[in-house]
Amino acid sequence: MIAEAGHFALVLALFVALMQAVVPMVGAHRGNDMWMGMDKPSAYSQFLLISFAFGCLTYSHVVSDFSVLNVYQNSHSAKPMLYKVAGVWGNHEGSLLLWVFILSAFGSAVALFGANLPPALRARVLSIQAMIAVGFYLFMLLTSNPFERLLPAAVEGRDLNPLLQDPGLAFHPPFLYLGYVGFSMAFSFAIAALIEGRVDAAWARWVRPWTLAAWSFLTVGIALGSWWAYYELGWGGWWFWDPVENASFMPWLAGTALLHSAIVVEKRDTMKAWTIFLAILAFSLSLLGTFLVRSGVLTSVHAFATDPKRGVFILLLLLIVIGGSLALFAVRAPALKSTGVFKPISREGGLLLNNLVLSAGTAVVLLGTLYPLFLDAVGGGKVSVGPPFFDSVFIPLMLPMLAAMAIGPMLSWKRADLGQIAKRMRLAFMLTVVVAAAVWSYASDGPFFGVIGIGIALWLFLGTLIELAERVHLFKAPIGESMQRLLRQPRASWGMTLAHAGLAIAIAGMAGAGGWKVESIQVMKPGETVQVAGYDFAFKGATRGQGPNYTLIRGLFDVSKNGKSVVVLHPEKRDYPVRQMPTTEAAIHTMLSGDLYAVIGDPSGDNGGFVTRIYFNPLVAWMWAGALIMVFGGVISISDRRYRIGAPARRTAKTATAPLKA
Amino acid sequence: MKRLMFLLPLAVFIVLAGYFAIGLTLDPRKLPSVLINQEVPPISLAALKGFDKGFSNLDLKGQVSIVNVFGSWCYACLSEHPVLMRIKEQNLVPIYGIDWNEKDPDAGPRWLKKHGNPYTVVGADPNSKAAIAFGVTGAPETFFVDKRGVIRYKHTGPITISNWKRTLYPLIEELRKQ
Repeated sequence: MIAEAGHFALVLALFVALMQAVVPMVGAHRGNDMWMGMDKPSAYSQFLLISFAFGCLTYSHVVSDFSVLNVYQNSHSAKPMLYKVAGVWGNHEGSLLLWVFILSAFGSAVALFGANLPPALRARVLSIQAMIAVGFYLFMLLTSNPFERLLPAAVEGRDLNPLLQDPGLAFHPPFLYLGYVGFSMAFSFAIAALIEGRVDAAWARWVRPWTLAAWSFLTVGIALGSWWAYYELGWGGWWFWDPVENASFMPWLAGTALLHSAIVVEKRDTMKAWTIFLAILAFSLSLLGTFLVRSGVLTSVHAFATDPKRGVFILLLLLIVIGGSLALFAVRAPALKSTGVFKPISREGGLLLNNLVLSAGTAVVLLGTLYPLFLDAVGGGKVSVGPPFFDSVFIPLMLPMLAAMAIGPMLSWKRADLGQIAKRMRLAFMLTVVVAAAVWSYASDGPFFGVIGIGIALWLFLGTLIELAERVHLFKAPIGESMQRLLRQPRASWGMTLAHAGLAIAIAGMAGAGGWKVESIQVMKPGETVQVAGYDFAFKGATRGQGPNYTLIRGLFDVSKNGKSVVVLHPEKRDYPVRQMPTTEAAIHTMLSGDLYAVIGDPSGDNGGFVTRIYFNPLVAWMWAGALIMVFGGVISISDRRYRIGAPARRTAKTATAPLKA
Repeated sequence: MKRLMFLLPLAVFIVLAGYFAIGLTLDPRKLPSVLINQEVPPISLAALKGFDKGFSNLDLKGQVSIVNVFGSWCYACLSEHPVLMRIKEQNLVPIYGIDWNEKDPDAGPRWLKKHGNPYTVVGADPNSKAAIAFGVTGAPETFFVDKRGVIRYKHTGPITISNWKRTLYPLIEELRKQ
């Protein structure tokens, strides 16, 4: 009964979305207030209906109703409650339901907070949102119904993929989807602007908080995913350039470019068509991510639904959404007139460089991800493009941008003086060279790129600090005045400083963990000790045990350095009998200098030995700390008053002198 | 000229979509083997510890058979194991085993004792001699060999009830008719 109610709500939501797609759009076209006014109530009712449907599926999972196919396939009565709930979106059908749930939540948010939007713009935005929703509702109802019944009902479920039974992964998809779907806002605003033929500073201000929110969520999602891969897959790695990871990384790159180009639209009234294009691109890549994971076009470690029939439907959806929007772009974008002009060495120029590099990076990731498909389609055989390609192309591409990023925020609009900036950065440059040289001589076994990475990270961090110091006139004005200036900085500027500093910290982590990882794989008997990166790992043996829905082997390592005890590590190896699948639970001790990371494998031989893998991952935690700081910067920036006021700021927007911000 | 620039994204996307359409008709999991339609490479593997007969390519002549590469260290092999046991119980096709990459010579025999032995004979391949000759990319991997001792198909990954019934067993029946 509950499942049927959910199914019915889904069908109703489809009809509401159809109405919301048509009526407000026609109303906006004709200037009919009543028709335009349909947007709000229908956005709210869509949200209520999908919340209800989502609640129904969640209920079925929580009570383990195995007469629902989706529950039978992905749940088990012995599963802990957290994973019963997370199991709702840990599968193809349920994750689609989560997707449309978030889509409708964003739609209602526009209806709720969009009071300052011109009614016609709001009507068009919500209508475009509803069009996307219609596509997804049809996809679910026709190919992937989460409420399908199983007759006769099963007694017990088939359990969720054990790899997915993990707190990190329970919350990873919702954040990822909040990011993906969040870019639908920028997309809808971009399409509405193309239809209206107008992009101005006010438009850029309305889009900015939504883009920032999507970007922040996506950053959390990607960081969680990489953290999960780090501790759950037990390979000591944190990024594998896997198609699914790339699928989330591409919209992030495009979204980051969009955030920066929208600033140029807002402050300088130029780069408009480009910004619109990036908005379309960010969401298109989000959709493409869905396509890549679900259609069976590319396989990957964690592709969870590969079905060609669904693939055909998604391809049609992509053709309509992406093809349609790019066609509209081709027709309408040339008419967008820009007024701002600038020299190459200027804030605009710096942001343009940022955009070009990020777009090129997106293209590289896209090419590498799809290359196996291209080759296979022309009969060139099966290949896989691995980390060597991405590492050797993507990283060198990013370096010049990161180097320029340190000085970008110091550039003035229109035309900047590089000589002045060089003077300010002299000390930072010398310090960077000294530190990089020191790192190179101290850890000469690492790759050259590791040294460059540390150097770039430091350069960027110092540049960001110097820019902040300049902004508050540190050492130029009395310290009290500097403090006051510091407190009066707009939140958007704080956001920029935090995000850039966070990226610097994250890059240091990537360079450290990528360049100087120490790995040791061996068979160890109880009582044996192995030394890794100066730490002594004494293996004290392993015990067997029983978890709620798995059996486990639990190892015990006593880690010490120079005879002083550091930590006791308990890595686990779990076997999930229902899926006949093992998982490794690495034991990790995080320190500022790096992570101690131990994995226990199978018993080896009769003499009580176990395969063990021990890693030392230098600075790896900095990566996630840096990502968190970036997200914090994003959130601070969203809370900037100027973006909440919106419409009243429209007239002042053109004359307002902008504080330094990029 | 400027208009063409604005058309570029659409053009790129259409090309991409074309590739996706082709991609949908292909199965990314189907890996070709360089050995398809070639004779089984000449090899002779020693018997596992405690077993009396090893595995040689000459064993395969005159019958349709499958050669399964496995290892006690390989979890996916454990997941396909019940299917192999059922194939053996129902006497559907002889299965020849290559116990690949065992660090410990006791591990393979112990694994077979614990989970059952579906193989007609098993050869030990601790140094990847056979695995390299067969072009094995990972375990489990299964080669389908016709009566003349020619490899006709390679299946990568575990055999499941579903792919066995849908594609693999029909293939064997097809090979038997030839």
